[in-house]
Formats: sequence, structure tokens, C-alpha cells
Amino acid sequence: MAKFVLTRLIETIPVLLLASLLVFAILHLIPGDPIDAMLGAAAFGVGDPAEHQRLVVQIRAQLGLDDPLWQQYVRWLFGAMRLDLGESFIRHAAVTELIAARLPSTIELAFAALLISVVIGISSGIIAALRRNTPVDGAVMIVSLAGVSLPSFWSAMILILVFSVSLNFVPATGSGGFDRLILPAVVLGYEGAALIARLTRASLLEVMSREYIRTARAKGLPNRSVVLGHALRNAMIPVVTVVGLQLGRLLAGSVIVETVFARQGVGQLAVDAILSKDYPLVQGIILLTAITYVFANLLVDVSYGFLNPRIRTAS
Amino acid sequence: MSAVIADQRRLPKLSTPAGPYRRAWWRLRRDRVAMAALFVLALLVVIAYLVPLAIAIDPYQQSLRDSLLPPGTAGHALGTDHFGRDVLLRLIDGGRVSLSVGILAVVISASIGGLIGLVAGYFGGWPDRILMRFIDVKLAFPGILLALVIVTVLGTGLEKVMIAVGIGGIPRFARVVRGSVLNTKNELYVEAARSIGAADLRIMFVHLVPQVLGPAITIATFGLATAILSIASLSFLGLGAQPPTAEWGLMLSEARKYLRVAWWLSVFPGLAIVTVVLSVNLLGDAVRDALDPRIPSVSD
Repeated sequence: MAKFVLTRLIETIPVLLLASLLVFAILHLIPGDPIDAMLGAAAFGVGDPAEHQRLVVQIRAQLGLDDPLWQQYVRWLFGAMRLDLGESFIRHAAVTELIAARLPSTIELAFAALLISVVIGISSGIIAALRRNTPVDGAVMIVSLAGVSLPSFWSAMILILVFSVSLNFVPATGSGGFDRLILPAVVLGYEGAALIARLTRASLLEVMSREYIRTARAKGLPNRSVVLGHALRNAMIPVVTVVGLQLGRLLAGSVIVETVFARQGVGQLAVDAILSKDYPLVQGIILLTAITYVFANLLVDVSYGFLNPRIRTAS
Repeated sequence: MSAVIADQRRLPKLSTPAGPYRRAWWRLRRDRVAMAALFVLALLVVIAYLVPLAIAIDPYQQSLRDSLLPPGTAGHALGTDHFGRDVLLRLIDGGRVSLSVGILAVVISASIGGLIGLVAGYFGGWPDRILMRFIDVKLAFPGILLALVIVTVLGTGLEKVMIAVGIGGIPRFARVVRGSVLNTKNELYVEAARSIGAADLRIMFVHLVPQVLGPAITIATFGLATAILSIASLSFLGLGAQPPTAEWGLMLSEARKYLRVAWWLSVFPGLAIVTVVLSVNLLGDAVRDALDPRIPSVSD
């Protein structure tokens, strides 16, 4: 098992390196000089061309933009490892600090949403599978199909319209407090719940048709322990993947949900950063999300090994 | 619907038309949900593309005196927005925008991704390894995030968002096409083609492409739903279509300010998006079942 985990861990290194290369490339792929973007954002006393030129040269030297690209990359990479992602062009603060300030709000939202999608998704998936081809099953399937077809920004607006504007139950926007968390978490968790419900249902139905389930039934075990004790354990293997992938999805999905609900989170910061062309900040947030996603995938792989011994011996 | 197909198999063989694609179409025609979805989509396409030809409409026509009229007002069935523009006309115009841009995005992913998958699957070796690394990196960037990276580089705008979403869909096509090429390239008929001296290009495009088309069509259908949603989301965030374009995501973004006073501005564009995306997803489910019941579902 330790060897299995170690192999997976080593396999993530090239992926992380490639992801970091792509994130690093952002600054060098944008058309025009990043310095112009930077000065354009904080343009003071640029009226004088000589002064402007002097500033450009000074900043280029300061940022080491005259060094060969690979040197810049290595320096940036080692900086990133020490949690030094540079300074924001516009906000005049360290990128790491800006992100760290917004992180708790996003983590809170992501975990609330994950909880909703896992609890509601798995339980409704099981119910639908056990009541196959009944109205209950049909209802679960329709609601979950809506979940993958509803744009989250729209369901968010409708929830605000119903619960904040009409019924006045909860505040519409802002962060902090349970009453401000519930609507965003429901919106963000809905899509995940829908996917998990569909997958749980399909997977459970597949497992229920296997021989060993028939054996368990033939032994005279009650339905309850056949489903919960025997079938569910195997049916959960594909579900675990989707739950893991949800983690990454939630971070990306928070971009939209945080914007609609005006939550001071990392997602909203990302949109602000892109719109204001604050490239170091964009790089930092995207790198953070990519790393989180890669590790969520790693976690999925490792939990696979625990759930299904065949996977860890096969490699 | 799968039950229907199973029953058909159990029946004694009747006059099933030959060829996998005709058979798939034959199955699809018997799927009521799929036909309903197809009908809704066809209707929307007709409205979005033909109505502007039939009557000269101007979705940008402002009339501040008529701003924020509720639905049902004479001459404005779905009301007007804050500039007094007719919501229904803007929805129709936006439908044309959403469908066109969504389809183009899928064309980008399908053509580039399909080609990569074909080459990687057929030749193996280093082209294949490069593709797999490409997919690995994509695995590090969930959904909308890759689009955000590309939009950061390209800048904001509807056509840039379209390119971003198109690029985001490439790995999925590449992977699916690669997989089905790997499955078919060792078939006897491919070997036979090679043994009579067919060139690689001929084998790829004459013998392999028809086999790969099935899964690719399924991915393209689901891809269209994803593309329309992603483009609307990015426009909603202010990164895609810019005012005064009538784009559904952008219309919703503008409607946020009037949520308390004009509910219709936030309800109708959303309903439009849901109708299109739901129809495309339902059609995708049916197409997948009709072509091959074993291909994995929407979840990826």
C-alpha cells in the first residue's frame, strides 16, 4: 500500500510541473508587454516618454524579465514553492496574502456544498435504485437531469428571487454567517448532488445484478443488509471518483457562485483579477486551484486502493 | 427507452435497415423523449435563424419611456428591459448568438481533438505520449478554469470565449477518438486494407473515421450543451459577450441589478438556456443509447 501511494505521488510531479509551466506561460503569452499592462494599470506620471522608458527599464530589471525564459521559470517555480508568487500589479500586496485572506470563505463554501452533494446525492441515488421504475425513481432522475442542465448562475438568481426577495428568509448577498452560506452552498452543491445521484443509482443497479448479491439473498439475509452491507460497498467505488472530482469542480464553480452572491472568496478574486488584468494574481489563483485539483485526484486514486485491493496490486 | 431496445432485440428479426448509423437513426426515431427534444431544438433553430429574416427586428431598439414594462404589456409579450428593449426579441437574437457560438466551439474541439485522437491512436509511440501528457495537464484544470486561463491570455470577448471553450473540449474528443481507434485499428479489415497497400492516410480517413464517428457524435452532442452553458457562464461573469449584445448569459448578468423590481428579466433568459441545454442533453442521452449503450455518460 505504501508503495502504491508513493508511485501515485511520484506520478503527480510531472503533471504539477506541466501545470506550473502553463500557468507561468500566461504572463508570456499575453499579447503585448506585461510591463505595459502593469504600468497601464498603475499609470502615474507616464505622460513623459523618457520617464516611462526609465520606469520600464527599471521594472524589467527588477522583475528579471531580461533573463532567459528558463531562468525566469525556475526562479518563479522556486518562489512558488516558498509561497512567494510575486506582487499584485494593482493591489500592491503579495499575491499569497491576497489569496490567503479570501481562502477561508471559499473553503467554507466548498465544504458546505460538498456535504450537500454527497449526502443528498448518495441517499437519493440509493432510493432511486431501490425503487427502480417507480415515480420516486423518475422524480430523482428528472431533478438530477435538471441539475446538470441548469446554469448555476441562474439557479442562484432564482433562489435569491424566491428566498430573499419574495420570502425574505435569508440575506441575498455577502459573506459570513450560516444564513449567508446556505443559498450559495445549495447552488454549488446541486450539480454535484445530481451527478452523484445518477452515478450511485447506475452503479448500485449494476452491482445488484451480480452473482454474489444473489448468493447473499439466497442465504436469507434481509434486504437491508444485502444493500447496505454487500452491494453499497462495491457500488461506491465509481462514486468516490466523482466525489473527488467534485472538489476541483467546486473550486472552479465557486467563481460563478461567489460572483452572484457577492461573496468575498477566491473565485470572485479570480474574476476581478482577470478583468483588471492583474496577471500575477491570476497566475497565483490558477496555480492554487490546479494543485488542489491534482491532489484531489491523487486522494481519489489512493482511496481507490483502499476500497478495491485489486487496483493496488494491479499496478 | 433502453427497455424498448431490449425488447426489439428479443423479437424475431424483422426488416432492420442495414448499417450501424441507419440502425441508430432507426432506434432514435422510436425514442419519444429524443424526438421531443429534437423537435424543441428544431423549433428553436427555426425561430432563432428564420424570424430575424422574416421580420426586420431590432433587439437594440431602445425606448427609455417603455423601460421595465412587465410581461403581457401590449407589443411586449415578455416585457422590456431597463433600456426599454423588447425581451422576447432579445431572446430570439440571443438564441442565434448562443447556438452559433456553441456550435462553432464544438466544431473547434471536434476537428482538432478528433485529429489528435486519430493520429495518437493510429501511430502510437511519441505522438500518443504527447497526447497523454496534454490530457494530464487538462486533468489539472477543472472545467471553467481552463477557459479562464485562455481568456486571460486572449482577452475578453464573445469570440475569444468561444475559442477558449473550444480548446477546453479538445482533450475529451482526443481521448474518446483515440480510444475507439485503438479498439478498431487491429481489426482484420484494417489489416486487409494495409496488406493491399493502402496508405496510412487512407486507412485513417476511409476505414477508421466511420468507426470513430459514433462516439464522436455522442461527445459532440453533450459537448454542445456544455459549450452553450460555459459560454453563457463566462458572459455572465463579464468575460464573454459585451453590451449591448443580446446574449443570454449577459442578459442575466444585467438582470441582476433589477432582480427586486423586474423578475422577468432574470427568469426568461434562464428558461431559454435551460430549454436548450436540457433538450441537447436529452438528445445526447438518446444518441448515446442508440449508437452504443456502453459509452460512459455525461458525468465526465
